Amino acid sequence: MSTAPAPRRVAAPRLVSFVLEHRLEPPRWAALTPLFAIAFALLVSALILALVGGDPVRSYVHIFNAAFGSVGVVSDTLVKATPLILAGLACALAFRMGLWNIGAEGQLLLGAWGGSAVVLVPLLPAGTPGIVLIPAMLLAGFACGALWGLIPGYLKARLGVNEIIVTLMLNYIAFAWLEYWVFGPWTEGGFQMTRQFPKEAWFPRLTDFSAAVPAFAGLTVHLGFVIALVAAGVVWFIVRRSRWGYVIRLIGDSPQAARYAGIDIRRNIMLVFLVSGGLAGLAGVSEVGGVVHRLQDHISPGYGFTAIIVAYLARFNPLGVVVTSVLFGALILAGREIQPSGVPAMIQGIILFSLIASDVLLRYRVRVRRGA
Amino acid sequence: MDPIVILAAGVGTGTVLLFAAIGEIFAERAGVINLGVEGMMLIGAVAGFSTVVSTGNPWLGVVVAMLAGGALSLLHAVVTIHFQADQVVSGLSLTLLGTGLARVLGEGLSKAGTTSLLPRGSVPLLADVPVVGPIFFHEQSILVYVGYLLVPAAWYWIHRTRPGLHLRAVGENPSAADSLGVDVYRLRYAYVLVGGLLAGLGGATITLAIQPGWFGDLTTNGRGWIAVGLVIFAQWSPLRAAIGALLFGAIGRSILDIQGPAQLFGYPNPFHDVHSLTFFLEMLPYALVIVVVVIGSREAVRKRLGAPAALGLAYVRGERGR
Amino acid sequence: MQPSPGPETPLPTDRPPLAVELRGIVKHFPGVLANDMVDFDLRAGEVHALLGENGAGKSTLMNVLAGLYRPDSGEIRVDGRLVDFRSPRDAIAAGLGMVHQHFTLVPSQTVTENILLGLDQPRFRLRLGRFEGEIGALSERFGLRVDPRAKIWQISVGEQQRVEILKMLYRGVRILIMDEPTAVLAPQEVEELFRTLRAMTASGHSIVFISHKLGEVLAIADRITVMQRGRVTAAGIPAGGTSRSELARLMVGRSILETVERTRGRPGEVVLSLQDVEAENDRGLPALRGVSLDVRAGEILGIAGVAGNGQSELAQVITGLRPCRGRIRLAGRETANRSAGHAIDRGIAHVPEDRTGVGSAPNLSVTDNLIMKRYRQPPIAHGWVIDSAEARRVAEHLRDDYQIVAPSVETAVRLLSGGNLQRLILAREIESQPRLMVAVQPTRGLDVGAIEAVHRLLLARRDTGSATVLISEDLDEILGLADRIAVMYEGRLHGPFDAEAVDVHGLGLLMTGGEWQPRAADAAAGAAGSALP
Repeated sequence: MSTAPAPRRVAAPRLVSFVLEHRLEPPRWAALTPLFAIAFALLVSALILALVGGDPVRSYVHIFNAAFGSVGVVSDTLVKATPLILAGLACALAFRMGLWNIGAEGQLLLGAWGGSAVVLVPLLPAGTPGIVLIPAMLLAGFACGALWGLIPGYLKARLGVNEIIVTLMLNYIAFAWLEYWVFGPWTEGGFQMTRQFPKEAWFPRLTDFSAAVPAFAGLTVHLGFVIALVAAGVVWFIVRRSRWGYVIRLIGDSPQAARYAGIDIRRNIMLVFLVSGGLAGLAGVSEVGGVVHRLQDHISPGYGFTAIIVAYLARFNPLGVVVTSVLFGALILAGREIQPSGVPAMIQGIILFSLIASDVLLRYRVRVRRGA
Repeated sequence: MDPIVILAAGVGTGTVLLFAAIGEIFAERAGVINLGVEGMMLIGAVAGFSTVVSTGNPWLGVVVAMLAGGALSLLHAVVTIHFQADQVVSGLSLTLLGTGLARVLGEGLSKAGTTSLLPRGSVPLLADVPVVGPIFFHEQSILVYVGYLLVPAAWYWIHRTRPGLHLRAVGENPSAADSLGVDVYRLRYAYVLVGGLLAGLGGATITLAIQPGWFGDLTTNGRGWIAVGLVIFAQWSPLRAAIGALLFGAIGRSILDIQGPAQLFGYPNPFHDVHSLTFFLEMLPYALVIVVVVIGSREAVRKRLGAPAALGLAYVRGERGR
Repeated sequence: MQPSPGPETPLPTDRPPLAVELRGIVKHFPGVLANDMVDFDLRAGEVHALLGENGAGKSTLMNVLAGLYRPDSGEIRVDGRLVDFRSPRDAIAAGLGMVHQHFTLVPSQTVTENILLGLDQPRFRLRLGRFEGEIGALSERFGLRVDPRAKIWQISVGEQQRVEILKMLYRGVRILIMDEPTAVLAPQEVEELFRTLRAMTASGHSIVFISHKLGEVLAIADRITVMQRGRVTAAGIPAGGTSRSELARLMVGRSILETVERTRGRPGEVVLSLQDVEAENDRGLPALRGVSLDVRAGEILGIAGVAGNGQSELAQVITGLRPCRGRIRLAGRETANRSAGHAIDRGIAHVPEDRTGVGSAPNLSVTDNLIMKRYRQPPIAHGWVIDSAEARRVAEHLRDDYQIVAPSVETAVRLLSGGNLQRLILAREIESQPRLMVAVQPTRGLDVGAIEAVHRLLLARRDTGSATVLISEDLDEILGLADRIAVMYEGRLHGPFDAEAVDVHGLGLLMTGGEWQPRAADAAAGAAGSALP
């Protein structure tokens, strides 16, 4: 027979007390909370917008059109979603095991750097065909992101250092690192960007095939998107079907039980950070190879942070990450055009916040009781 | 590269870190980790600045800034204390929220500074003391002097008063405190709020005193996070936080100054010749935070002067059924 | 000599009112009746011992008195007045306080700060000098030597206990309840504590002393009340008028309900061998003091003892979850101080004490929990991949075989009842066909049906020739299942003795620190482990 923990009294200064009772099972509407959170966030943001003097309805319509209004913009949305998917997978994987990887942004930047290094140093001779060059870029990007992720992983596994601060600081360091290269050795005329990559290093885009398929003209969806989808599938497979995924889920749920089951937690911390960093690194390569075709200091409008929400909203489910990434890709795309520009970030914050609040409410039922 | 000038400037920028760090010290001493500091700082910065732009009154700006930071922190308090949601995620989401909100509210604010800033001044006799005078008491913003008072006051409160005793107990062993009649929930709320108010004040210090103007996210540029790291360096002591704040402030200023002269200590200045090398200097504060956090995490250190034992853990009143 | 007042004996009217009077206390928890119409009284100025095994209900009773629990029914009187405590603070205000087994002290603060916590004095400034003086005087008066300026983490556990006592005394508590106070003390500290208690009673304080250690109870108590399974078996008997063996009988004596029909085990060769194993517990105190033990195939070795005497640590060193000194050999090969994974690979199964925190992952499914020890091998794993269809099959098979009641094998394990969770854990551990199984408190909190099922499983396992170490506080269980029985007390192992050669009385004595030996011939048989009839 199950024993429910006794109801807990929450501070009750007045005659009415709220008693939070543990639910034994999550309520049936549990799976819908992400939707509630989004709806709530949109509502609140609309309110704030209105208060500040904007027109929420028009803004929202604008956002929708800017993101989904035509095939062209849908393609643009997917382009924005691509790094989100990869970084979102990075976060989802780490969070599943209870590791707070807030450094996806920095790992992304390092990945971009690594991929660029292949082309700009150059690590492979000029004229190397794309079929060799691009995989090399991907590999380098993954490796650099992975190494950047290994730093906090190692510190946590061996020294018990809190990974939140370390990953955060590494974000700033990564940005400075990038700036050095972009303003320094690789700079194009002293501006904050490098020279453009040779054509072989450009990720193929749909529009490249417009000769064969006229409908593809102007569509900038690129190889990165494919890689992102593949990665989502791989991560899904790892988490759901592989031995390692089982270990990750077990450690994430109960480190004590994992230890009892003979699992080496330290090793897994480092491994997860490695892969997580690598995935974020791929996001970076994808941006430089598929979108801007050069390394510049502002490759990322905070993809690494948005990825946190993307992962959370998807409940760390790799396939769900694809969906939420498209949503947020739309927000970011549209956000560039809408005034005020902080709206997408604000909405993201509110979404995350309402998610946590609703998560808590899921665990409890609130009952109002009269009297002390 | 005049050390006096660097340190004097360091005091100014350090004050920003100081307010946020001391606020976070209070919250963490009570056992609640608040990662929303960056967002609260930013919101305070924009709120304060826009208030001044509309009303011309910098003092009102300070008040509004503090209230803005405080309001955001209340959200954090409710969700983590009352509902026992995860403190880390709540803080992070509030940073995002605060950052986004600040961008929205700051839309259209003139990037140029306003003329109505908080007064600056020198302390009459103290400014003439050799070395110390020009650094600490010469032409500093009034908020800096407020900071000077805050440090010993905070230390005294935490270590030498009865309420401070309760604060420390709540963060170390909330059930012990609870069993003796200390209201754990109420105290945690209060101190998280204090943290938010001070973070807002830190933001106001930037836009109304040290670096007037609104520059979007660059206004704080991660200083809220540095403040969080500083708290670990400070081992939760306001005095050490002050030292750390000064250190980081000075480093920030040095980074700027070191790029200027053609010669550095008699050798050609690499940072002057190759501008891009200065980015390595920019890494310095953040790398330092990592070093400091690693040192602070060693278990032996934790025993003697360490994190409040109950930090980050939601307090649930008693497993005992009634 | 006056008969001690029992429930029916009216109080002589010329006696001073009792310090505490509990009448008809009933307290339920889900699934268990912890206190069943309990009466208890405490005279002013006496030390009254409350004796009983874990789970007997003595801690619950005192928690009711101290204001932590509200009784379902019954009356409480303090100094003759009827009281209704809503919290420990009310109790303290009425002069009644409890020193728990687990101290509630703030390690980084000083003794004085801890004592003053929660009080209105000092008003604002923490000028501790005056209070340090007061506390110093108080500690002198009762022989509670402690430095008021020392920080808690710096002082010994014995001194920390003194701080807890001072906390109460400083608040004017006249009635002090001490819960297993000597569990954490060295013998000399026990002496000092007793001196303190006598000083306190001499100045009019009254003390309730909860314990399971007979020797100490007889040394310090004026009167003794014994509880067993929620009821009082002896109320307020004078300490001088009883003996160790009688108390042991009152504590643990019970008729064994049914002799579980079982064949005698047929022990084979030694599977597990411990030699002079020493280990510390999580607080750094010695938990195992030179334990040596042999366990044979085809037998169940029962380890009895009250919780907290080293049993948890013993299970942990065998299963690779705790480091130790000394030698542990499994089938001849050294397994001490290797990892838990190593122990699992070598065929050691572990049914842990903590079902929900350690033995299972609460939010994962039944299937996921069942494959926890075999997810690396075929048929569940093929290389790097887990065959989820196969895992499901295995899970369903186990569910049927072991009658685990769950809506489906995908249900989250936290929704299972205690009994079903335990069936799951046992299923998992037994199915791996281990050489050795360590089962710790396997039937704690389970209903009768589940207990029976667990017992049958353990016996079946033994009959297939594997070795089992059964650690349990439940003497019935040990007597019913074990072939040989040992007792752990304060980190030392007594025995093992042949099951036929022991009786409840003897075990009870050993469990509470007394001396006992089985008859010589049976002792020899037990030690050798052979059981040829």
